[in-house]
Amino acid sequence: MRRYIEFYLASMRVSMLQQFQYRVANYFYMIGMIAEPVIYLVVWSTIANQQGGIVGGYTPGAFAAYYIVWTLVRNMNIVFTPYGWEWRIREGNLSMELMRPMHPIHNDIAYFSGWKVVVIVLWLPLAAFLTWIFKPTFDITWMEGVVFFLAIWGAYLIRTMLLSLLGMITFWTTRVSAIFELYFGLELILSGRLVPMTLMPQWVQSLSNYLPFKWTFFFPIETLVGTMSTQELWAGIGMQVLWITIGASFLSLVWRAAIKQFSAVGG
Amino acid sequence: MSSVVSISQLAKYYQVPEREGGLKASIVSLFNRKYKNVKAVDGITFNVEAGEVVGFLGPNGAGKTTTLKMLSGLLHPTSGNVSVLGYEPRHRSHDYLRQITLVMGNRNQLTWDLPALDSFDLQRAVYGIPVDQFKRTRDEFIELLELKDLVNKPVRNLSLGERMKMEIVAALLHQPKVLFLDEPTIGLDVTMQRRIRSFIAEYNKRYNATVLLTSHYMADVEALCKRVIVIHHGRILFDGDLSKLVNQFSSYKTLSLSLHDPNVELSNYGEVVSKEDGRVTLRVPKAQTSQVTARLLSDLQVDDLTVEDAPVDDVIDQVFSQKEDA
Repeated sequence: MRRYIEFYLASMRVSMLQQFQYRVANYFYMIGMIAEPVIYLVVWSTIANQQGGIVGGYTPGAFAAYYIVWTLVRNMNIVFTPYGWEWRIREGNLSMELMRPMHPIHNDIAYFSGWKVVVIVLWLPLAAFLTWIFKPTFDITWMEGVVFFLAIWGAYLIRTMLLSLLGMITFWTTRVSAIFELYFGLELILSGRLVPMTLMPQWVQSLSNYLPFKWTFFFPIETLVGTMSTQELWAGIGMQVLWITIGASFLSLVWRAAIKQFSAVGG
Repeated sequence: MSSVVSISQLAKYYQVPEREGGLKASIVSLFNRKYKNVKAVDGITFNVEAGEVVGFLGPNGAGKTTTLKMLSGLLHPTSGNVSVLGYEPRHRSHDYLRQITLVMGNRNQLTWDLPALDSFDLQRAVYGIPVDQFKRTRDEFIELLELKDLVNKPVRNLSLGERMKMEIVAALLHQPKVLFLDEPTIGLDVTMQRRIRSFIAEYNKRYNATVLLTSHYMADVEALCKRVIVIHHGRILFDGDLSKLVNQFSSYKTLSLSLHDPNVELSNYGEVVSKEDGRVTLRVPKAQTSQVTARLLSDLQVDDLTVEDAPVDDVIDQVFSQKEDA
């Protein structure tokens, strides 16, 4: 256990050093990413204003809060993609990772965790700017703050498990972009990325309860923006833990089969 | 003495889709896909003892790298038995991986944007190396490879040879007992190749490490390996001392002589390979070496004469061409 803690700290340190070297590129990347939520925000604020200042319980201020928190959650949700898996198998980089006495998933989690620390630091001035422009309505308790902090890391882990599972398809076939796109399409609708889940039809909301997507977007955002009770907040964290456990179990099972398929091409 | 590496009837077969070029063949293959069975490694058997340095020779596609990948646990064999340090590599147990290393000449495990020292520190954490041991080993390797002025530079600013030396340091920091080296000197200049060779030899001596090495540079093999295994089409053609390989497969010797009259006709004595600056190189059938040497000395005014085995490169070529013909 101590070795893993040391590894996580060392890998996060390397990642932070590397990402701070590319701070300008990272910043422009984050600024570019703001376009999506700002469009959603402007559209929904306009609709809310036209409908007497509220849509589905969201005022323009609540929408602003939702989409500003969205920007951080979206950044926390960036993980090693299936395209990355495709690349590292094709280029042979996975071979080097497999020579280490630990599962490659630890490297992915640790490396991107370090990156997240940089992301959070870079996000703060961006959030301040968006707050100044869009005037969000926040009413945050310390409990919500604590749960939000846990929830963004929970979201990160769920998405890491899911996208790693998806990425592992490349052990069997190297051209799986269509499957990835289908996944991302489903995620867009069922996670709360496009619109808050409460604005979706009831059947979509019900369906999303049985799927992992909303625990990676809607739930973390709602911990700060919504009006969940303490019980609902911790139940949400419980759901995240459940999906992380399910994801990790599947990952372990699929990995065992996948590694037998590995042909160590390209190195 | 028990073997560190023990392989018996090891095989790795791949099924690869096969079709002819063109649109028609492409459409046909959608409905009637054909596969070809490729025998990358086809039932090889050998043992390697502790501290041995063994050269693994063969042309491209012979099965050398596939064998190294099976030994390091990256690939699952189709059949046969493999044991390294008493472990079955395909299980990739963490205890096993802590005792071996695989260095591939074209792979990069260093973080591109940071000084190599940061990557070394990450390796320490990966392998759980005690800090004291890590510092001692790191500094020892840095000194041996003369890297002191380079370890603080970002890896991206290093030359290919300097990066390769850093790669080797990173791969050996955990003091592995078994080294699988796949073309460790590929693309490097002669000086850098020599430096890396001497480092590997020194590591082998200091830690009694077992080394399996593939290289297309015969200088690597000659400098490091007493024993060679020649593999072709997935099968072992030769396993033994390098000197024995030369004796067994070389059908000629090389005579190098300086003559008082450099313009004399020599084709009666053997095949003239080169004629430069008054020095002539002749290729002579091995069985006739002493006879030809005696004739040369009695017929001509010879200033200097040396008799050498054929270059190992030529011998290896000959091994492969003989087996292709057979």
